[in-house]
Amino acid sequence: MTERRGVDARWWRATGLAAAAALLLQGRPAAAADPADPKPVTAKSTVADKGGAPPPAEPLISANAPPFSEGIFPCSGCHDPKDPPNTRRRELSFHDEQQSVLSHGEGRWCLDCHDARNRDELHLTSGELVPFTESYRLCGQCHGAKYRDWKVGVHGKRVGQWNGAKTYFLCVNCHNPHTPRFKGVKEVVVDGRTVVTPTLTLIHPMPRPRRPEENHP
Amino acid sequence: MSHPQLPVVEPEAEAGHDPGRRALLQATAAGAAIASLSACGVDVEAFFRKHFRELSPEELKRTIAKIEADEKQRFGKAVHVGTQGPMPGVFFGYGLDLSRCIGCRRCVYACVKENNQSRADPQIQWIRVLQMDKEHGVDLSHAEIYYEPETVPQPDKFYFPVQCQQCRDPPCVKTCPTQATWKEPDGIVVIDYDWCIGCRCCMAACPYGARHFNLATPTLPAEELNPEQHYLGNRPRPKGVVEKCTFCIQRTRQGRYTACVEVCPVGARKFGNLLDPESEIRKVMETKRVFVFKEELATHPQFYYFYAT
Amino acid sequence: MTGILEFLKGCGRQVTTGNRTYFAWLAALGTLIAIGVVAFVHQARVGLIATNMRDQVSWAFYIGNFTFLVGVAAAAVLLVIPAYIYHWGPIKEVVLLGELLAISALAMCLLFIMADMGRPDRLLHMMPGIGTPNWPRSLLTWDALVLNVYLALNLVVVVYILFQAYNGREARKAILVPLVLLSIPVSISTHTVTAFLYNGMAARPFWNASILAPRFLASAFCSGPAVMIVLFQILRKTARIPIQDEAIWKVAELMSYAMFINLFLLGAEVFKEFYSATQDTMHSQYLWFGLRHHAALVPYAWASLAASTIAFLLFLVPKTRQNWITLNLGCLLIWAGVYIEKGMGLVIPGMTPDTLGEIYEYRPTITEWAIALGVFGVGFLIFTILVKISVPILVGTFKTSGAPAAH
Repeated sequence: MTERRGVDARWWRATGLAAAAALLLQGRPAAAADPADPKPVTAKSTVADKGGAPPPAEPLISANAPPFSEGIFPCSGCHDPKDPPNTRRRELSFHDEQQSVLSHGEGRWCLDCHDARNRDELHLTSGELVPFTESYRLCGQCHGAKYRDWKVGVHGKRVGQWNGAKTYFLCVNCHNPHTPRFKGVKEVVVDGRTVVTPTLTLIHPMPRPRRPEENHP
Repeated sequence: MSHPQLPVVEPEAEAGHDPGRRALLQATAAGAAIASLSACGVDVEAFFRKHFRELSPEELKRTIAKIEADEKQRFGKAVHVGTQGPMPGVFFGYGLDLSRCIGCRRCVYACVKENNQSRADPQIQWIRVLQMDKEHGVDLSHAEIYYEPETVPQPDKFYFPVQCQQCRDPPCVKTCPTQATWKEPDGIVVIDYDWCIGCRCCMAACPYGARHFNLATPTLPAEELNPEQHYLGNRPRPKGVVEKCTFCIQRTRQGRYTACVEVCPVGARKFGNLLDPESEIRKVMETKRVFVFKEELATHPQFYYFYAT
Repeated sequence: MTGILEFLKGCGRQVTTGNRTYFAWLAALGTLIAIGVVAFVHQARVGLIATNMRDQVSWAFYIGNFTFLVGVAAAAVLLVIPAYIYHWGPIKEVVLLGELLAISALAMCLLFIMADMGRPDRLLHMMPGIGTPNWPRSLLTWDALVLNVYLALNLVVVVYILFQAYNGREARKAILVPLVLLSIPVSISTHTVTAFLYNGMAARPFWNASILAPRFLASAFCSGPAVMIVLFQILRKTARIPIQDEAIWKVAELMSYAMFINLFLLGAEVFKEFYSATQDTMHSQYLWFGLRHHAALVPYAWASLAASTIAFLLFLVPKTRQNWITLNLGCLLIWAGVYIEKGMGLVIPGMTPDTLGEIYEYRPTITEWAIALGVFGVGFLIFTILVKISVPILVGTFKTSGAPAAH
């Protein structure tokens, strides 16, 4: 806990704000993120199964913001890159709320996806680093069919222009990566911006319509 | 803004009109009735307003100005009533993923708000979400519209939202005695609220319960009025006429998604141009099992239900 | 010009003279009309929310009454056929009374349509020249066309007969017979087109049955003549029109055949519905047995069937159809039976359950009843006035002063 308190709160808040603000603008690529950010989170990205230069035919994707909980990102705020990572599988005393709900295939654990050396990124099975804003590439490694559907708009959600720029929701806007079975989503305000985040419980329906006999002159 | 009249007139709609004779008749009728009507406080301009497709560009401009002024007076805020016509090369298609819908009714209320539907007495909702039993499949005799469980989805249920299916062969258009409703080239079935006589033939003819009647003057709180409107879409309706889903004509003709697509929390709703092979609706049709509702009636909807899984 | 003035004065005299019963009758009708007007003003002010029609059941009591009355209008004139075939003496009188009834029924039809419209102020949008009628695709434009042609035809025949009689001349067969013969197919078309209005809606399986138009005609052949039988009895007592018993009995006999066909067609329909027992059967299920604990129409459906069956038997057996009490009872039963069958029994189950399977149990509001009473009041008033003017002309007591002596 002392570690967390040591983080310069203003620094990550500013970063997160800038990134989220940019990401949420419909169909608009992220403006330059906070220059203070050593590795700006970019919302403008290209679909690519593998790293490197993407094929030019692939459409541009403007992705929604990853639904971090307040104050959690960047991870390096707590996980000092200079500290040697402990890669041993164990019961965590912090992040236990994630570990306790972890239900994503057999025998999986944090560092299968989170990178031990660069905590602000994820990694593919190949070891290639992937930013949180492109987590779909990580998901797509196993969920190939869903990934294909998502890229063409059949799976998941997009908002904006049907004939132009649109913002894609990331897999993790609707599926909690630690327990991915869909329950529901809600909008939450994180760092002053609204993001869509999965819920761990089912949601309430809106009110039923009036019955015909309930409409009166 | 392209003028709406140019591409939308069906050949048969034009047949049999004699503009000169009609103008004379109209002038005569106008002269006879105008005095008595204005004496009774009736809106004379609205009474003599022509069919949307017969308005000249000049008349259209005047009519829009009048409608906007009336709305400003009624709601106390400025509105914009557009008349944007269909885009060339566009034929809209809509997909609804039944394996995703959780029956939360977010779409219903987003639609109500976007499209200025009457909130109560009568309450009008263009989207009706049916709860059905997994045990029975799509079976209307086991459909429930008034479900209100604590949470959705219920384990043994699935949800089947219904709205205007924008049929290619719309029975409502066929049955309308005044041509007050017609199908636009981009596939949207629209209504001229100033031409509808409220006979409700179209409601009897519609197999989808998609048409709704303004039993009274709609209740529409001024602060909730959506000021961005379309003549054939979400402008406030008068008492005694029929209304229906227009695929959010005021949004989609400007390239935007419909309100229901944007609000759906599970991404069950897909929208796009059926003529564009890269559109998401085409991808749905090519890669998923798709069906249309009441296919046996040969209405040929532009609204497709599918199961992504 | 003075002739017309004299005629109008004469008409005024006819209408304003009568016995106590006549004025009591007028007062009763006036009350009904006043009630209807008040109710209509209320409905026009608040909108159709004053009715119990909703999106689920969007046509109801008004349209049901309209449908029934189209049948009455159509069948009244069809009595001309037996009048010709059986050489009834007072054929002119039969024709005239039939046409007067048709005119009154059509007036009621139009009033019910007006009451049902959301925007009666825009009625002219349907009219050629002024509006944009969706003809020939929309059945309602066809219905408006045939009803108006039929109304015009009836008016022409009535005016011609009366004009000739008023001037002390016999109506010329060369003019009258073609017009009357023409009105027969037109009267059949009015009812067929009205049936098609429902019949053509694939969304409503209860109506989308090809048997509907034949059923409409068969039941119209019952309800129209039932009115005429009662009328004949009243008029031959009060107005000295010589209508023989045999003619009335013959009408009753023909009605029993029509009722047999009506019941047979109904049976064929019921068999098809319940034996095939598809999803579409739920409408018939709702009508006859109730559906999911909703059974508002069930007692009416069976009452209608019972009334029609009893009337059929009363008219079939010579002894009961020649007995004035059972004959008139039969007429009453036919009216009740057909009124339910063609009115609410047709419109409501067609829309219940609605196209998404929802059941809304419609019952008319006080406003709907009041407007319907008002419309019937207007219809009866029109008929009363027309008869009050026509019968004296026919029997020669009301004629032009310059007419040649009655033959």
